[in-house]
Amino acid sequence: MSWLIALHAIVLREALRFTRQRGRFIAALVRPLVWLIVFAAGFRAALGLSITPPYETYITYDIYIVPGLCGMIVLFNGMQSSLSLVYDREMGSMRLLLTSPLPRWWLLVCRLIASTVISALQVYTFLGIAAVYGITFPPLGYVAVLPALLIAGLMLGALGLALSSTISQLENFAGVMNFVIFPMFFLSSALYPLWKMAESSELLHDICAVNPFTHAVEMIRFALYAQANLPALGWTLLAGVILLALALWGYDPARGLLRRKG
Amino acid sequence: MKLLLPLLLLPCAAMAEEIWVTNEKDNTISVIDVATLSVTRTIETGERPRGITFSHDYSRVYICASDSDTVQVMDPETGQILHNLPSGEDPEQFVLHPDDRHLYIANENDAITTVVDTETRTVIAQIDVGIEPEGMAVSPDGQMVITTSETTNMAHWIDTETRQIIANTLVDARPRHAEFAAHGAELWVSAEIGGTVSVFDTGSKAEKAKIGFAIKGVHPDRIQPVGFEFTDDEQTAFVALGPSNHVAVVNAQTYEVEEYILVGRRVWHMAFNSDKSLLFTTNGVSGDVTVIDVASRKPLKTIKVGRFPWGAALRP
Repeated sequence: MSWLIALHAIVLREALRFTRQRGRFIAALVRPLVWLIVFAAGFRAALGLSITPPYETYITYDIYIVPGLCGMIVLFNGMQSSLSLVYDREMGSMRLLLTSPLPRWWLLVCRLIASTVISALQVYTFLGIAAVYGITFPPLGYVAVLPALLIAGLMLGALGLALSSTISQLENFAGVMNFVIFPMFFLSSALYPLWKMAESSELLHDICAVNPFTHAVEMIRFALYAQANLPALGWTLLAGVILLALALWGYDPARGLLRRKG
Repeated sequence: MKLLLPLLLLPCAAMAEEIWVTNEKDNTISVIDVATLSVTRTIETGERPRGITFSHDYSRVYICASDSDTVQVMDPETGQILHNLPSGEDPEQFVLHPDDRHLYIANENDAITTVVDTETRTVIAQIDVGIEPEGMAVSPDGQMVITTSETTNMAHWIDTETRQIIANTLVDARPRHAEFAAHGAELWVSAEIGGTVSVFDTGSKAEKAKIGFAIKGVHPDRIQPVGFEFTDDEQTAFVALGPSNHVAVVNAQTYEVEEYILVGRRVWHMAFNSDKSLLFTTNGVSGDVTVIDVASRKPLKTIKVGRFPWGAALRP
């Protein structure tokens, strides 16, 4: 029971924090919308040369990019969540949280769940705006995408968590942005299909193919068309488990990086 | 049981609705099953098959084998060529007269429209038309046949009784396709380079409307109207716009373009299924056929066929 109380408290805290920071909510939506409305507009006619699953016919670029932008929301939110962990640590509220009698791994998983729920809310808001803009998916896709968003959210949240265990100061977060978020986003299938990457460079294609974010995006893309992409699901789950293990190790005071960093 | 089996299979075979697509570069026909939206058969033809049409009882299919300089007659059940018809040189497109007997064939290289009797298998007339004839249409009452000539930029009105041209009307550059509409009261002609579809009053033969096209983000030069088809009520026309990779949906009453649908590359001709709920467009450069849901005006699926699909015809 106390486990659920902890989960409720942590999710509520994150949700309150999120809703009170209206600027953060708007910023989280503006970023993908700029990509959709400004960036994708220029490439409207550029795609449509080859049909790859789950698509069954030619599509415009703005339709292609939407699942990638859903992934972008989840990715940025995972990082934002890790940023707030660093902040919590600096402000001392982390210490308070970790003194709870509940196992540390559970407290960290609660944090992950909280950030994932918020990501899903943001994605649904974004999909609503995209629908108004004229980009819609099959009705079942909007339901099927929820588990995909949760799995992707947990995996990317675990990545943020693992990273945050190595960052001792808030200022270092800019480095995370440059060295983790951007390469992860650009070296994925979020903006271009993998076959398009292979046209320019096989190496780029191979890097994209092993990037767990690519698999998270493909899982979301298929789910939006009410289809399951089992390899993508498998890779996302595997990456999630490894990253979570790393995060838990990182936050273990006996062995983790936290101790060494003081 | 041996006797029963063919009887059981027969109704299924008869019910399976198909779209037949000629592949210009592969010298084949791809047969698409309408129920499964997949290619079920590929049939060899003569060289460079383009125009394709079925006899009224669907027991024969006529194919313009342009580079073989013949019109082939095929048994659609077996895919066997029954015989070749004399067609004149380089037959590109044709139209079957409502009498189900006479084929009017455009001979692109000879500036001639050839009339062939499919029963006696003889040429019964050759009519001089403009340079590079292509588009062919016949009025619902069978009294008038239209040939459009690509280089002369004209629609030639041929009286089917006298087999003489009775009028010529100018259209925009490179007319490709013609169809009668409004129960024969209108003639629509697409002009590929002109980028327009002209609508003529068949009584006065005067132009009554001209439809232009503009697609956001697509250069006007790439918008080249070619084939088009009407819905059953003749309220709506679907116009293939060539290398713009779009099909336009035109209100046939107001002549306004209502929508553009993204399809494959260099969309050329099209055919409906029997209840006209689905439209199949041939996409030459991408070598596929896009299936459009007519009610929602959304592309459903794109099916790979042979190289450079050109014509399409329904076999119910």
